[in-house]
Amino acid sequence: MENVGIFTAAARLVERDLKVIFRHVSEALNPLVFFVVVATLFPLATSPDAALLRDMAPGVVWVAALLSSTLALDSLFKADMDDGTMEQLALSPQPLAWLLLAKIVTHWVVSGLPLVLIAPLVARGFFLPTEAILPMMLALALGTPTLSLIGAVGAALTAGVRRGGALLSLLVLPLSLPTMIFGARATDLAGLGEDPSGPLYLLAALLFLTLSLAPLAAAAAIRISLD
Amino acid sequence: MWKAFVRWFHRMASPPHFYAAASRWTPWFFWSAIIVIAICAYGGLVLAPADYQQGDGFRIIYAHVPSAWMSLFIYVNMAISAAIGLIWRIKLAHAVAASCAPIGASFTFLALATGSIWGKPMWGTWWVWDARLTSELILLFLYIGYMALRSAMEEPSRADRASAVLAIVGVVNVPIIHYSVVWWNTLHQGPTVSKIGEPSITWAMLWPMLGMMVGFMLFFGAILLTRVRGEVLARERNSKWIKEVAVS
Repeated sequence: MENVGIFTAAARLVERDLKVIFRHVSEALNPLVFFVVVATLFPLATSPDAALLRDMAPGVVWVAALLSSTLALDSLFKADMDDGTMEQLALSPQPLAWLLLAKIVTHWVVSGLPLVLIAPLVARGFFLPTEAILPMMLALALGTPTLSLIGAVGAALTAGVRRGGALLSLLVLPLSLPTMIFGARATDLAGLGEDPSGPLYLLAALLFLTLSLAPLAAAAAIRISLD
Repeated sequence: MWKAFVRWFHRMASPPHFYAAASRWTPWFFWSAIIVIAICAYGGLVLAPADYQQGDGFRIIYAHVPSAWMSLFIYVNMAISAAIGLIWRIKLAHAVAASCAPIGASFTFLALATGSIWGKPMWGTWWVWDARLTSELILLFLYIGYMALRSAMEEPSRADRASAVLAIVGVVNVPIIHYSVVWWNTLHQGPTVSKIGEPSITWAMLWPMLGMMVGFMLFFGAILLTRVRGEVLARERNSKWIKEVAVS
């Protein structure tokens, strides 16, 4: 077997994952559609009143993003666990945590990044002021990778469990609360015309914390799920 | 000294030895818990003066504060045992972690229930989205998640290690969750107990509370030892020493 460096290995893994994802594009789009549909539920369940919707907008965007990211997690490791790819990754000379990080980043690019891009559309539907749009996108760009990283630990823990979907949400949602609180608060402050940089810094801090620790926890969990 | 401790620790990690020792200790923990709780309940409910604002209603803190404190203490305790089990592969440590979860969840529930009963006369409603009640509720979710993950895995050794990872991830997150919720809502009355150096409540009110904490700890010890014994019996049901214990 040829000996490749960690960056080459990660690049090949990203390439392979993207290939697999683009062969089932409709599946990859499901979380995005889910995000928009969940956001649509709120005006229908409450009222189309513009003032009410404007107050709710940051919360709705973040709850929808949290649910959609949790929904997308189920497929993160499942297929690789089932067909034995994960065992090969665990046996490879490159650190498993690093390879999982590559998988998580790919997963975020496909399921998290589209949310960041479509969120302005949803926010306009909720009459969020124009000057809040950019801070909201920034908050989502910092927050959704954190959600994917925390979620990856949950997905790794439940990878060996049959019908782990509801269990996964139960494990991941309480751990994701701080991200949601800071993200919604940043959007809220921007909507009120105030400076959102405080919660944005906190979101960035959470991102770096999870970026450094979550892949290690996920790798430990995957190794437990494998034997 | 240290060597003696290590030897003691290793001996305790062996299930038959632990089982015998736990059987001896349980009544001591149990009866001292009963005595301490009874004395402090008398001190708190009868001897302590009524609060000048809250009247006799404040007396529920003698159950509320110790249970809220225990709920966090047990979570940390669970995570430490789980980490010991994961790192040194001590099965008994996993049994301790597994036994902690339902006790911790019960204390969390008790803290929520007493907080809500206390809230009714003080705030006028059974529930407010106050920072401490909310983080206690999230702690309950964390306990439930831990227990759900355990029960979802059939193989005990895998359940042990997977739930250990979850407990460690959870214990890293607990302070973050707590401070984010406090930051989200700073509505509650300020902390009155943590200021040990300059207590803002009188000694007559304070000592029953501190005593109650000791009593609750002893009670936790008694329940934990009993549960771990049950857990050890279930896990070692195929080994020889169990037969000897069961027959004698």
